[in-house]
Amino acid sequence: MTVPALGTVDATVVEPPPGRRLRSARLGTARYFLRRLGFYAVAAALAITLNFLIPRLMPGDPASALIAQMQQKQTLSGDQVHAIYRLFGTPGEPLWDQYVTYLNQVLHFNFGISVAYYPTPVWEVIRTGLPWTVGLVGLTSVLSFVLGTAAGVVSGSRVGSRFDSFMTPASMFMGSLPFFWVALILVLVFGVQLSWLPTSGGYDGDMLPGFNGPFLASVLQHGILPALTMVMASVGGWLVGMRNMMVTTISEDYVLLARAKGLSKARVMFQYAARNAVLPSVAGFALTIGTVVSGQLLVEIVFAYPGVGYLLYQAVSSVDYPLMQALFLIVSLSVLAANFIADSVYGLIDPRAREARS
Amino acid sequence: MNASVRGKHSLRRLKLPPNPKVRVGIAIFVFFALLALLGPFVVQNVMGLSPSDVDTTQAMELPSAEHLLGTTATGEDVFAQLVVGSRISLLVGFVAGVITTTLSVLVGVAGGYLGGRADSFLTAATNVCLVIPGMPLLIIVASYVQGRGGWLTVALVIGLTAWPWGARQKRAQTLSLRHRDFVSAAEMTGESRWGVITRELIPSLAPIISVSFLGAVVGSMFADAGLSFMGLGNINITSWGSMLYWAQNGAALTRGAWWWFVPPGACIALIGVAAGLINFGIDEISNPRLRKPSKEVRARARAARLHAAAGGSAAKATAGKSAPVQEAAS
Repeated sequence: MTVPALGTVDATVVEPPPGRRLRSARLGTARYFLRRLGFYAVAAALAITLNFLIPRLMPGDPASALIAQMQQKQTLSGDQVHAIYRLFGTPGEPLWDQYVTYLNQVLHFNFGISVAYYPTPVWEVIRTGLPWTVGLVGLTSVLSFVLGTAAGVVSGSRVGSRFDSFMTPASMFMGSLPFFWVALILVLVFGVQLSWLPTSGGYDGDMLPGFNGPFLASVLQHGILPALTMVMASVGGWLVGMRNMMVTTISEDYVLLARAKGLSKARVMFQYAARNAVLPSVAGFALTIGTVVSGQLLVEIVFAYPGVGYLLYQAVSSVDYPLMQALFLIVSLSVLAANFIADSVYGLIDPRAREARS
Repeated sequence: MNASVRGKHSLRRLKLPPNPKVRVGIAIFVFFALLALLGPFVVQNVMGLSPSDVDTTQAMELPSAEHLLGTTATGEDVFAQLVVGSRISLLVGFVAGVITTTLSVLVGVAGGYLGGRADSFLTAATNVCLVIPGMPLLIIVASYVQGRGGWLTVALVIGLTAWPWGARQKRAQTLSLRHRDFVSAAEMTGESRWGVITRELIPSLAPIISVSFLGAVVGSMFADAGLSFMGLGNINITSWGSMLYWAQNGAALTRGAWWWFVPPGACIALIGVAAGLINFGIDEISNPRLRKPSKEVRARARAARLHAAAGGSAAKATAGKSAPVQEAAS
């Protein structure tokens, strides 16, 4: 939740872009993407392996406990019992054999049956929650990046101005708060005290989900407070990071030259200084996705928002290991995919990222 | 070589910096550390309050002289819970912060100093661990553990998942020290690699390590509160996180009982703000341009602007007089 100020990560990045070496550039681009792809493949393999190992390393025998727990609800067929052993560990079988059968299960999206939503298969349960979370995280992280960065440009171009002396401390303060507590406060103020906005669920419970006007309006209305929470908690980090980079960039010679040429203030700020100052923020965007998703999981619980965070909460409170494990896997893999996209965008806009050898 | 001299040197660098943001941040940390150390004794033995005494005749009461921060749904005193709970919350943060910082220093400094294959391996491992989201992993592990081992397990798990951020930062800082003269000198006198790392590099990085330690403490406290809020970890021991959990479960929100969940969250937030202040203040020390110019400088700039027909450039020249300080946290 506390992301170190972005400006401190890589202060050496800001220098005018070097001349392009066209011939090697295309090769470099391909190599860059292959290397990133390889990196994320390794990370994904680690996530899957962790997901495999965690229940097997834990004290006790989760598989048997789970079967006992499920048989209290309903008798399990032989197939179902086998599936649970394959996912959570068969006592006595060599670990490697277990790993192979486990991978086979995962590749077919066969995560077993949910305890909390018995007898719905886990993958079905997750599929209902995924769009809500992806939509909210995607929207709010892009929104707070754009808003925070734009405000950071204004703030950093004149340190000590009225805008800067209000926005920078304010956003530093906001950025230091725990996401879910901000959510609680917003619920208290706008939901309970003022009763302006709904505070729980993703849409009005009386409505049938469908692609029609009233339903979409209800979705939007229910999304305002969760989205506001996420934006409030993350916009500050972008503002401070961008401000600090702008301050460094603005004293570069090429910015002075642009000024000396008599270009308009806005043009100098955005076309010359901000274009270079934004690079560390873009590079850092990938790394914040995991943090934002982690915060979102808790925010969803506060709002009972029907995304994966709320599902995870349901899974935890009813000790639903199949759902929990699958959620961890899906969330990790989604974060990795989002990271890869963000990294690729960075690779496209910053030629130095592609040319770097390390 | 010259261990005592270097020791003194690093101590001087740890002296309280004059930046007001850093001072306020440190003061907040000291306040909460004292609260966690002495508060529970004062509240329970001197004031005679109990964080767990149930009294259903006084449930959900507003703050009053008798109950400074009101009562919970079962009539427990919120103020007593807040003070007593500070100990566990800070303890989890502290222990997890120590683990995180130790791991990140070892991995980061070793990678940055050794270079070559060891560095490539450690960097790759750090980056891979960095992109796997921490909170879901914590939740999974904590739900298998099911409260076994108490707060120590929670601290351990948080510490073991939170190190990559710091490792990256410390590797970058080590790279900048790698070829300084004092490192080469130590190498030439036959200091072992481990000796260079522990006796030369780590003391020189002490200011950075101490700042990132505070950051790790805060991050761990956030994670602990988040876990407790989900009902994982230690919800039956009084801590700020468990207070939030019981407030959420006791419908404090819908009943408008702000005095129940605002104080614990505000304490966590205040500590977060303290870490933010220190971080920001350190940035200002290492890069004076980030500072808001002092009144005197602004007045001079205004005067210069009035004199000069050109305007902008003259003011800039005056403001530029504050010489850039290169050394971080000097």
